[in-house]
Amino acid sequence: MTSSSDPQRLDRADARLRRRYRAERLFQASGVAAIAFAVGTLFLLLGTVVYQGTGAFVESVAVLPVALDAGALDPDGDRSPESLARGNYASPVREALRARFPEASGRREKRALAGLLSVGAEYDLRDFVLAHPEAIGTTVERPLLLSDDADLYVRGDVDVDVDESDRKVSDAQVAWLDALVARGQVERRFNRRLFTSGDSREPELAGLQGAIRGSFLTLLVTLLLSFPIGVAAALYLEEFAPRNRLTDFVEVNINNLAAVPSIVFGLLGLAVLLNFLGLPRSAPLVGGIVLALMTLPTVIIAGRAALSAVPPSIREAALGVGASHVQAVLHHVLPQALPGILTGTIIGMARALGETAPLLMIGMIAFIVDLPTSPTDPATVLPVQIYLWSDAPERAFQARMGAAIIVLLGFLVVMNGAAVALRRRFESRY
Amino acid sequence: MIEALWGLLPLLAGLGFVLGRRRAEQLAAEGDVSLNSLPQHYGQFVLLWAAGPPLALLLLWALSGGTIVEGWAAASLDASGLLGVDQRADHVLSEVRGGLSSLDGAALSEAHAHVERTLDRARQVLGLSVAAGFALLAAGGLSWARSRVTPGLRARNRVESALRAGLFLSSCVAIATTIGIVGSLLFEAIRFFGLVSPAEFFFGTEWSPQTALRADQVGSSGAFGAVPVFAGTLLITGIAMAISIPVGLMAAIQLAFYAGDRARAWVKPLLEVIAGIPTVVWGAFAALVLGPRIRVIGESLGLDVASESALAAGLVMGVMIVPFVSSLSDDALNAVPRSMLEGSLAMGATLSETIRKVMVPAALPGIVGAFLLAVSRAIGETMIVVMAAGQAARLTANPFEAVTTVTVQIMMLLVGDQEFDSAKTLAAFALGLTLFFVTLALNLAALSFVRRFREQYD
Repeated sequence: MTSSSDPQRLDRADARLRRRYRAERLFQASGVAAIAFAVGTLFLLLGTVVYQGTGAFVESVAVLPVALDAGALDPDGDRSPESLARGNYASPVREALRARFPEASGRREKRALAGLLSVGAEYDLRDFVLAHPEAIGTTVERPLLLSDDADLYVRGDVDVDVDESDRKVSDAQVAWLDALVARGQVERRFNRRLFTSGDSREPELAGLQGAIRGSFLTLLVTLLLSFPIGVAAALYLEEFAPRNRLTDFVEVNINNLAAVPSIVFGLLGLAVLLNFLGLPRSAPLVGGIVLALMTLPTVIIAGRAALSAVPPSIREAALGVGASHVQAVLHHVLPQALPGILTGTIIGMARALGETAPLLMIGMIAFIVDLPTSPTDPATVLPVQIYLWSDAPERAFQARMGAAIIVLLGFLVVMNGAAVALRRRFESRY
Repeated sequence: MIEALWGLLPLLAGLGFVLGRRRAEQLAAEGDVSLNSLPQHYGQFVLLWAAGPPLALLLLWALSGGTIVEGWAAASLDASGLLGVDQRADHVLSEVRGGLSSLDGAALSEAHAHVERTLDRARQVLGLSVAAGFALLAAGGLSWARSRVTPGLRARNRVESALRAGLFLSSCVAIATTIGIVGSLLFEAIRFFGLVSPAEFFFGTEWSPQTALRADQVGSSGAFGAVPVFAGTLLITGIAMAISIPVGLMAAIQLAFYAGDRARAWVKPLLEVIAGIPTVVWGAFAALVLGPRIRVIGESLGLDVASESALAAGLVMGVMIVPFVSSLSDDALNAVPRSMLEGSLAMGATLSETIRKVMVPAALPGIVGAFLLAVSRAIGETMIVVMAAGQAARLTANPFEAVTTVTVQIMMLLVGDQEFDSAKTLAAFALGLTLFFVTLALNLAALSFVRRFREQYD
């Protein structure tokens, strides 16, 4: 170390130092790149979902004058709801379109013309007539729902340069739709159906109400089971359990269950709840039980953390003024820990809301049109609905899937926001 | 009728509480003895005896009532002689349950009608006896407990020990769940291994369970060599790990040592959002966005890419696991004593040298534990692979081909109505058992790594 003045050596040291600093910068840059990659993928995901899904929040209708012919709509002629419900609503709708485009002739052209409209147009008309029986015999301007393919064209999602045989909208239909748009007879409006109706084979009629209800009923069962049992188990393990083998075994079990793949819980539900106990398939009750078993470890672990965060002085003060152990815990420790337990429970519920695989195993994958009203009705849930629509061949279902994802993520944001707010509000004051 | 009994329970509980408390107050007012416990404790004591036994009865009925009723109907059908030679009582029962009351043939519908009749009768008789038992238990418990209310009764201690027992039972739900999982998986898997030898399952290289639909078909036994399924799982897990380990570890290092407070405040929640997005959404992303893109890019490079490829599923799964790896690695790195970092820096090492040569080696057991947990996560992940990886059981290491995984196969074999005695259905449970034990082993290994690491520095 005598030759610090040796210029060659200094140069070498300099070069080495530069190399080391370069490595330093490279290392840091790779860290930034890693984070950018992960976060970038997240934004790509959210971006595509929003891009795909927003379309489904809007539906297209053709506003046309419809002649409400008494003979077709009111077969008994007494304007009673029973008679009106049996009316033939397909023909006024068809006639309205034919009156607008009298040039369509021949079977195929007429069928193509009728294909512009959804069957939903008839249902809407029936609802209108049932609500306004006095309109029968007159001609009214009604919005008629376009079919999914016509809707895609109106949106501009159909490439007309493609050969006619390779697209769902024929040249004649394109011409009709263009004519309707040119006369301002096509309206785009908020798609209320998306939130009020159940699933359907027709993309333009399919809605999320059934899935939202199913998710709600399932989560209700999950909450009613996992919250009390989880709190009780956490209380026992944190406050009452003796230090022995059995307690250790319970703790090991809970930690392991937290890491068991969710599909295994589905197998448990299938083998025990459905085949052994004979509970109904596809029911929110069974789904809720399975998800409760799955979320239980989360609730217990969060509960124990919240209980152990309560300072011992509170417990000791209660014991000191003569409360029993149980009273000290139930009256003083548990209320202090409750916000923390609730936060953990909400996070567990949010995870249960997004869970799909175990629910598929117990049959919540069925195509269900009716809206579920009780936990034993067959139902589906939001994530399963996303899975079903992602698999559907019609292109319009992809927009529905995007919308379903937006709704699901919206619920998750609300739940996690509530958890964060709760944590902020009741943050420990010790 | 039974539903009405559930509605009666709260009333019964309220009645018990009020009667018990009033009795205690009366006793205290009459004599000049002082009560052992507060009046409300006597109320709670009576409440437990009045509502507890009936509740237990109702729970028992809810769990086993259906089985008992159907057992009754099956036994009566067997005895009735209405069954044809090739008919079995449980088949008729399941047809009735499914709403298929009459198929073809008079004997069949006769049997069905008989089953429906007996089911109705059994429900009526058993329902009545449950109601009678309910009334008996409620009245008996209520009056007995009320008669026990004396000033000397240590009501608070009784109530508290009942509560402790309840808390203990709640904590045993975890054990019951584990037993349920292991029990049901083992039971069905053993039935499967009675049909297919374990050697064939674990070492066979052909997987085509779909041929086992009908017993009289050619090749009806199906092929249950699970090696291609395991290989597919490994391939996808490998791709996912190749993404999530470097990205997750580098992200953790960046957050722990380089990022400022403000950057950390932004990035950490964003990473948590990645973990919070449901896997079905990631799956849709992989299947509908990434898969087709990868295919287009691959074709422009002259590669033959399936639109459902292992690569798309693995990539997305890798990103999904990044926050998991990064938060666990972050914990491990933060647990290394600060003095080691400062010592190394004081010796003139740059920060990156310190991290690579001091901090990461010191935190290695914890980081390895994180990796093992991530692997277990990836193996058990279902929706992404179901939606994006395909179902073809191929023995390949080519990430551009469609492969299948254990979880996908479980799903494919079980979704939809299945008879529970075919090898096809049971194979899903054998796969599930394998999955359970592999993830269990990984978790235990990870736990022991982490624990060893903790001992080192505590």
